Amino acid sequence: VCTSRFWFNYRHVANTLSVYRSVKRLGIPDSHIVLMLADDMACNPRNPKPATVFSHKNMELNVYGDDVEVDYRSYEVTVENFLRVLTGRIPPSTPRSKRLLSDDRSNILIYMTGHGGNGFLKFQDSEEITNVELADAFEQMWQKRRYNELLFIIDTCQGASMYERFYSPNIMALASSQVGEDSLSHQPDLGIGVHLMDRYTFYVLEFLEEIHPASQTNMNDLFQVCPKSLCVSTPGHRTDLFQRDPQNVLITDFFGSVRKVEITTETVSLDRGVAGFESKFPEEELATEPLKYAEQLPVAQIIHQKPKQKDWHPPGGFILGLWALIIMVFFKTYGIKHMKHVF
Amino acid sequence: AAPVQVQLVVPMAVVFGPGSVPGDLLRPLPFRDVQEMEISVNLRTSVTSRYEMFYRSTTGQEEAALAAATAREADAALHPLQDTTLGSLTMYVVPETSSLLPQGINVYVGKHRSALVRAGGSLAALQARLREVTQVMSFTASSIAAALSDRVPDGQLSPDARRNLKSSLGYEITFSLLNPDPKSHTVDWDIEGAVNRYVKPVLDKLSLVANFSVDSQILYYAVLGVTPRYDKESSSFLLSAHSLPHVINPVEARLGSSAASLYPVLNFLLYVPERSHSPLYIQDKDGAPVSTNAFHSPRWGGIMVYNVEAPASPQASLPLHVDVDMARVMEVFLAQLRLLFGLSREEVPPEFLLERPGNEGLADWELDHLLWAHTVENIATVSTTLTSLAQLLDKIGNIVIKDDVASEVYRAVASVQSAVTELSLGHLHAAFQASKEAVTSSERAFFDPSLLHLLYFPDDQKFAIYIPLFLPMAVPILLSLAKIVRETRQRKKEPTKMD
Repeated sequence: VCTSRFWFNYRHVANTLSVYRSVKRLGIPDSHIVLMLADDMACNPRNPKPATVFSHKNMELNVYGDDVEVDYRSYEVTVENFLRVLTGRIPPSTPRSKRLLSDDRSNILIYMTGHGGNGFLKFQDSEEITNVELADAFEQMWQKRRYNELLFIIDTCQGASMYERFYSPNIMALASSQVGEDSLSHQPDLGIGVHLMDRYTFYVLEFLEEIHPASQTNMNDLFQVCPKSLCVSTPGHRTDLFQRDPQNVLITDFFGSVRKVEITTETVSLDRGVAGFESKFPEEELATEPLKYAEQLPVAQIIHQKPKQKDWHPPGGFILGLWALIIMVFFKTYGIKHMKHVF
Repeated sequence: AAPVQVQLVVPMAVVFGPGSVPGDLLRPLPFRDVQEMEISVNLRTSVTSRYEMFYRSTTGQEEAALAAATAREADAALHPLQDTTLGSLTMYVVPETSSLLPQGINVYVGKHRSALVRAGGSLAALQARLREVTQVMSFTASSIAAALSDRVPDGQLSPDARRNLKSSLGYEITFSLLNPDPKSHTVDWDIEGAVNRYVKPVLDKLSLVANFSVDSQILYYAVLGVTPRYDKESSSFLLSAHSLPHVINPVEARLGSSAASLYPVLNFLLYVPERSHSPLYIQDKDGAPVSTNAFHSPRWGGIMVYNVEAPASPQASLPLHVDVDMARVMEVFLAQLRLLFGLSREEVPPEFLLERPGNEGLADWELDHLLWAHTVENIATVSTTLTSLAQLLDKIGNIVIKDDVASEVYRAVASVQSAVTELSLGHLHAAFQASKEAVTSSERAFFDPSLLHLLYFPDDQKFAIYIPLFLPMAVPILLSLAKIVRETRQRKKEPTKMD
């Protein structure tokens, strides 16, 4: 999830897209990734290289590419949508690619980046998500067993405050900076004119470049990424809610996807002479007249519809009391004799 | 997790054929007996199984049927004479020396819901054998524990307990043909015919459990993510067992796993290797080639490798036309489908002989097996869902429950209660249907979009919004009120003064 928009937040989009690329490289297909971006970088009029988003100042790697599948873009990246995706309380008309269809054997990786503060994360410059809400959302997920294990990575200022309130089991969290510290960006690119990546994500990506689908690197190595000398901020992590020892947790458990397979040793013996199953119930053809377009919409009904009577509710106690107070004060202060001037 | 106490009742009839009644029978036939067993999953979840047995001797018709030559014929003849309600079992006891069962076989389990059991001499031995048979044919402690897997503390679960497909209202089955080398092979597969002939009977039998929808596709230039090794001895290419997990993901991206349906998808892939990598065999852990040349992944589906025979003459014109032998392919795919659902016949004791289910794909008692597990799983899911919904409401005091959410909750509670009652009466079918309704209602209530806690403001947020608005407005009002009170008090004092 990239929670910022506007040109000067280029680095957040580059962060998210780089993590997206690594995760895809390690085997997770698009159908298993929910990507939320403001997506206003590549085609921004201020982008000197349109249709590209670079993550390194020598413009080596175009992380935008041509097979990015953004599920929630622009104004759809809101706290409400984010929480709906996590908890599954989605309107039934939402397409499958916008849903998180996880079950009790899914390991989920959540990566968030943007601007944050002590206990909140800013979404698109207009709203915030607090750490309490995030913890509650994770608890709702746990209640419905929507995850087996969850890895939460956040790259914002004061990121560690976001994972302080988690209380559901099987969650491991990593943040780029402690409470009171700012996460800094990596390097600006003079051609594009903005900072291209954040330091923490840059070093995490360097680390991930060495991981391949069969690698055995474990989480303890990920915790060592970006020490204070390189990152200026102190990355933090939280593993007390996690049941397994981080030593035994492989990076590919979250970043890649290695399936459990079993060799099939049984077969079913089929009788080959069986005739095909013709559908037992021939569908009855009901003769219907072809519908004309104009008749499909009951225009006549709609035009002549009377406006629905909205139920009238008397004003509530608070409003009535307030108005009574105001009127009483007014008349007491100015005297009743002025009433005739009012009416 | 919410406390769940369920009693699973299996109505059983034990029918003694002539000459098979054990000598130490305490009461004369016919009589009824009950055996109870407790399967305790954790502190708050307990499942008791109750076998209500009715011991009787054979009727004339049954005796005639048992006089058949082979067990299969006997089973076929006995089928119309049995109680065929879902969940019930009938055991026919044959004498120890009977030739109906082959040598070394003590139990023959038929295609329907009956078994032929060899008498064991004493009543105790017979009862032990009967217990084994009933457990195979209905449910075992481990199958119930697997159904309740999210309640079992992690240490106690066997590692493959959570691999069966979760109980769902429907499943979507997708058959895909992967042809990475269309220049060399033109592959024809009559998938429609195969589905009609072989898959439909199995799905019709399983239609009681869930709705199935089937689709198929052909993908060209879809390669496996792994390069197979060339083995000189067998002059073939080999895929080792530990490279198999990496095969699925590169392919999955191209499968287009059903953009349309929200049901879990089961993918069955048929891979025709490239000419340069033919023939391709899958090796198991010991290095031996797998006879089915197929592997499956729990909760996902299965892949089979179909090798094309090399053409007789090396000058044969490319592309070669390949007609896929759908029967062989479907034998493997249907076996994988069974395994995905958890119906394995491998853990049966060696003295048991299980009748093959034929084209129907699974025996009646295997269907019962699925239904028991799914019913218990559904009941547990519903109770967890409703409990966590109640906890959510406790936490956010000012949540508004819409009428339809409330009615779904009531319906879910009523259905789950009726499911538990039906289970305790031994009506498996009714219990399963009730549990399905309960799951639908409870999921609909829990996942209703209006229950997002973001939409309900805690009191301190309300204060934070209204105070800046009303406080400046309230200041002159309060001051004027104070002035009024002072004036009234003064006026009251004044008459006493003015005198």
